[in-house]
Amino acid sequence: MKHLLSVEDLSIQQSLDLLDLANEMRKTNVKEIKRLPALSGKTVANLFFEDSTRTRLSFEIAAKRLSADVVSFAAKGSSVSKGESLKDTVITLEAMGVEALIVRHSASGVAKTIADSAWSNAAVINAGDGTHEHPTQALLDALTIRNALKGSTDKSDLDGIRVLIVGDILHSRVARSNALLLRKLGATVGLCAPATLLPQTSSPLADESYLNLDEALSAKFDVVMMLRIQQERMNSAFLTGQLEYSELFGLTASRFELLPAKTLVMHPGPMNRGLEIASRVADSAQSLIKEQVTNGVALRMAVLYRLLAQEG
Amino acid sequence: MKSYILKSAQLADGTETDIVIEDGVITALEAGAKLDAEVIDANGLMALGGFVDLHTHLRQPGSEASETILSGSKAAAKGGFTAVNAMANTSPVADNAAVVEMVFNLGIQAGYVEVQPIGAVTLDLAGEKLADLGLMNSSKANVRVFSDDGKCVSDSLLMRRALEYVKAFGGTIAQHAQDPSLTKDAQMNEGELSFKLGLAGWPASAEASIVARDVLLTEQTGSKLHVCHVSTKETVDVIRWAKQRGISVTAEVTPHHLILTEDLVKEYNTVFKVNPPLRTKTDVMAVREALADGTIDIVATDHAPHPEESKDCEWAAAANGMIGLENAASVVITAMIDTKMMDWARFEEVMSSKPALIAGMAGQGKGIAIGSPANIVLLDPSISYEVIDESESRSRNNPYLGMSLTGKIQHVFFKGRQTVSSGKVLEIDRDND
Ligand SMILES: [Zn+2]
Repeated sequence: MKHLLSVEDLSIQQSLDLLDLANEMRKTNVKEIKRLPALSGKTVANLFFEDSTRTRLSFEIAAKRLSADVVSFAAKGSSVSKGESLKDTVITLEAMGVEALIVRHSASGVAKTIADSAWSNAAVINAGDGTHEHPTQALLDALTIRNALKGSTDKSDLDGIRVLIVGDILHSRVARSNALLLRKLGATVGLCAPATLLPQTSSPLADESYLNLDEALSAKFDVVMMLRIQQERMNSAFLTGQLEYSELFGLTASRFELLPAKTLVMHPGPMNRGLEIASRVADSAQSLIKEQVTNGVALRMAVLYRLLAQEG
Repeated sequence: MKSYILKSAQLADGTETDIVIEDGVITALEAGAKLDAEVIDANGLMALGGFVDLHTHLRQPGSEASETILSGSKAAAKGGFTAVNAMANTSPVADNAAVVEMVFNLGIQAGYVEVQPIGAVTLDLAGEKLADLGLMNSSKANVRVFSDDGKCVSDSLLMRRALEYVKAFGGTIAQHAQDPSLTKDAQMNEGELSFKLGLAGWPASAEASIVARDVLLTEQTGSKLHVCHVSTKETVDVIRWAKQRGISVTAEVTPHHLILTEDLVKEYNTVFKVNPPLRTKTDVMAVREALADGTIDIVATDHAPHPEESKDCEWAAAANGMIGLENAASVVITAMIDTKMMDWARFEEVMSSKPALIAGMAGQGKGIAIGSPANIVLLDPSISYEVIDESESRSRNNPYLGMSLTGKIQHVFFKGRQTVSSGKVLEIDRDND
């Protein structure tokens, strides 16, 4: 594996290997000294053309725990805001000598474009490209689901597990990567959203689709994953307004009451508390949200290790 | 002027003949004893009327790094064309008599093909106010086709007025049919694949709905409409309906929409970014059938050169468009003749005579007949070749690289003067005129 660009490129074996390795990394993360020498002397660049403090920090901590040097490039205030092209930014970092580029960009396909280009030889990790994919998020979610339902020593796939993803499916890279990966690992995936936020054609990503959340929740899912709803969706006729969205598609306290006690709740963050998810739900014992963040570091360590540790 | 005898060429109807060219005109279809003529062995070659492109972006004035009227004319000649219609979206826009006359004159200076300017419908392509349609028509460039191509004349009233206005001089409005609000930020064909790739979709309805409106306005005004680059099955259905109703509408399809599909976008390779976007296999089959049965009248290239920096970037930032003049005929042969969907007579019609008619170019599209201007292409239908990165165009955004295509342009004559010999574009010796 040279790059991690999309879940689609991953085989089942590669995916499970990353989950297993992440669980090994988790053991390091609870030690007094949380550092492994694996990537000592290697430089990893965070190349973030779009703000995302939590993803950037997660990668940064992961890289540092493997003893890599980390440089961060944020488009704001950089030469990019003065109109420098993607190509020149990448060529510049390449010339400075980096082993990996962790790329976040608002346009779909950017990580793939960099990986395919002659601009750089570095390993490229997609940290979210437009509305396309966010593979490390899907892997950390799969890890979180497997650990929660099967235990952290389990090495099997997700066969038989039912996951419902609720929210802005159309614009969500998290939904795409999760649906692809979870189904690849044997889980059944349901999508739920207003029709404006679902793909118009028969969804290539889901086993089940719902336009009504209550109907979806009654269909016995083991995990309910709520997605962040962007304010801008209210302004372009995708949605009517916050109140209605929360009433119809939010995981409110009253909806939560009706769920079985073993149903788990996830959210990739950042949350709009009170909009797509009630605070009581997010902070409940059934919530895996904090676990997702913890697993994020371990999973990203596993990815960096697999891409960078074995080569020369 | 030099005389030529083209020996034993095959015409579109299958007959074999010699063709004698004297003083720029076809004077005989049998070789007499003419001593000072150059004899070209055309055995095994098809002789057809020179191709006429109704939709070419020559980029001059304003984007000479991508193309000039000279480089675009050479690319056209290499592709077997003897006439191109230059789109108006230059900088400055061809929305007035001065710019269209400049383009017209530069075309004459280049001398490889007849360059007929298309005028903008609205001032600065802004879609707000009609351009000087009448003055462009009465200028030396004698503009007869008007288009805001690149943009849609989306305002219904403005479209109606434009159709009405050009009736005075028998003009045609060529519409780039794209509802702007349905295609905001659109990056590729809308469907399963656009969802998977996370690229904002360009739905088929955004094209067909504009065409539906425009054919109704055309019927109401009794004017003439031409639909640019038909790309969907839905649009084909609307045009078929309009033609059955007797509405004066013509339509074109590009070579790329006849052979390429949206699957090519999978790798985010920007050479395949084009507007309207590449569609599905179903759409490709629909436009092929429509071209064969006459619902779609002609092939037009939408040759759209772009410099490397406009394509060597992320998908969202990349420019729309692909070059197409040089491989157009081969693509049509591969898509339509190899598949037996079309014969050579229909091929000549869609590449030469019908586009000349729509463009109102009297000296073009007259075929191989005694007395016709010697605008002739000789092509070898037996050659299959792999497309390589070699072009007369200043740009390199060629989507066919590596593809195997049928039919190679060998010799081209423009008004009796040879512009292409054995596939190579000749330097024009103007002193011998
Ligand atoms: Zn157009």
